[in-house]
Amino acid sequence: MSEPLLSVSGLTKVYRGTPGIVGRLMGRPTLEVKAVSDVSLSVERGEILGLIGESGCGKSTLGRTILRLHEPTEGAIRFDGIDVAALPPREMKAMRRRMQIIFQDPYASLNPRRTVADIVGLPLQLHGLARSKAETRDSVAAIIEKVGLKTAHLDRYPHQFSGGQRQRIGIARALVSRPEFIVCDEPVSALDVSIQAQIIELLSDLKRDMGLTYLFISHDISVIGYLSDRVAVMYLGEVVEIGPVQAILERPRHPYTQTLMSAVPRVEAEGGRKRVRLMGDLPSPLDPPGGCKFHTRCPLATDLCRSRAPVSQSVGIGHHASCHRLNESFNLLEGETA
Amino acid sequence: MSDADVTRPAPSQSLLVRNLVVFAENRLAAGSAVIVLVFVALALFAPLIAPQDPNATDLFSRLQPPAWQAGGDWGHVLGCDALGRDILSRIIYGSRVSMLVGATVVFIATSIGILAGLAAGYLGGWVDTIISRTVDILLGFPYLIFAIGLMAMMGAGLGNIILALVYKEWVIPCRVVRAETLATREQEYVEAARALGASNRHIMLREILPNFLSPVIVVSTIRMANVIILEASLSFLGLGVQPPTASWGAMVADGRAFIMQAWWVSTFPGLAILLLVLALNVASQGLRDAFDPRFHE
Repeated sequence: MSEPLLSVSGLTKVYRGTPGIVGRLMGRPTLEVKAVSDVSLSVERGEILGLIGESGCGKSTLGRTILRLHEPTEGAIRFDGIDVAALPPREMKAMRRRMQIIFQDPYASLNPRRTVADIVGLPLQLHGLARSKAETRDSVAAIIEKVGLKTAHLDRYPHQFSGGQRQRIGIARALVSRPEFIVCDEPVSALDVSIQAQIIELLSDLKRDMGLTYLFISHDISVIGYLSDRVAVMYLGEVVEIGPVQAILERPRHPYTQTLMSAVPRVEAEGGRKRVRLMGDLPSPLDPPGGCKFHTRCPLATDLCRSRAPVSQSVGIGHHASCHRLNESFNLLEGETA
Repeated sequence: MSDADVTRPAPSQSLLVRNLVVFAENRLAAGSAVIVLVFVALALFAPLIAPQDPNATDLFSRLQPPAWQAGGDWGHVLGCDALGRDILSRIIYGSRVSMLVGATVVFIATSIGILAGLAAGYLGGWVDTIISRTVDILLGFPYLIFAIGLMAMMGAGLGNIILALVYKEWVIPCRVVRAETLATREQEYVEAARALGASNRHIMLREILPNFLSPVIVVSTIRMANVIILEASLSFLGLGVQPPTASWGAMVADGRAFIMQAWWVSTFPGLAILLLVLALNVASQGLRDAFDPRFHE
């Protein structure tokens, strides 16, 4: 197997809240949130890796830290053999042409004061990819048509478009500099269901035509299942299970993944899966539980789970999960521990 | 592709035109704007409009009353001062000092304030600490006393008046811009620009600033009235423009000694200050209302 396009190892992102002068005098401690904790994963060239988890689990932070929109606290990010985490600013700027992001909110992600031509032409201008204004405009017009808009739209402002159209503009901006890798940060969750399908088709067509690689972040299991080649499941800043999409959807091994899958509505005549409900809320990331972070909500938790964090184990071809009770081959979807 | 066909029609007028229409409908503000424009025209065309040379003394016309009073004549419509200089002509020439100081101070202070506010709000960290603490310290001084102190140090003169007022005036746009920048920099389009590799300069000037530039400019016109009063105050105290150059504040001071015998020497320049400042205030509040959509019904 060739080297993956992107490989992340031990990536950690900690946010620190300083308590201020008064707080420090009162002896208040520095608050720390480990939004991403020791994540390792890789994305092959031409692949779509789905990243799934509840809100607040660190999916978006992971995506943005990989692009160094947030500086990583620890760990390595290798993109096409280059250590992105250690790049000096000038080279990082050149690297940004090759790795891009599509945002969730098509309203907040476009500057209301700039025209479509300005917004989409910006990457060309910043990276000196066009020799003249006319060339910029031609490239912008070409990508605008590729994402399903018209060249007549170029001189309009974002507020003159619908949500779906705005997301197309955001996609055009991300793709105009011909990047290789795109972080799709929940690109369809702010859209109407009917338009979601169009945008998903568009992303999938563009990937094929332009030879792209996606890290596709979503909380929607059906979107992830439709698009992804492989899936990573996150819980409280950690990847708890990663594997081929078929295996994750059909034979999830981690109890958290199993409860996620049980939440997907299915149309089945009889039998079907058991519904597993998680008790309680996501623990506060300010004060994460010790041991296995999932033990507070896991129906299978033991004393071992409460005291020691599990390590990732292989449970199939390219399929890994982090749980102490994997070898007991339980399946919450079918009943209690088999 | 159903969503591509629902493009909303482009508004027939630009935002600027619509705001100006709202402004024009506010008759009090529009009238005040006309008064301000008249003063601007007076300042620009003073040599063509003024009936007399503002600095020509005529000791036979000492403290001559306005034309409609006994002893007045229509050659000196508003009368003459203690040196026999024509008061109307001096008021017309004096508007040049007020306008020049007001416009220059506000322009320079707003430019500095915008840059400092953007840097403090966007870059944060020690840049923000230094700028914000400087702002806090300057805000702690009473404005006029601060300006008097600076003028005493630097000496009188037009250039020094402008400098002395700019030293403190930039603080006001700076605070407004910093607050707006803090709010705007969290927008996703700013993050998108960073993801594309845009420099801090590009993000501050091209992505963030255009979102609140017009309200900041409107607010700064309100400040112009204040600056004009401060210039008049400094000139009144003898720290401003040096004689014989006509300045409203200095004219009020000149007439003070004769206020019982010749009320017109101080009164007419005082009225000029009052009228211009009032008109500026009303006009700029009208502008603010017109350009801030929160005030639209």
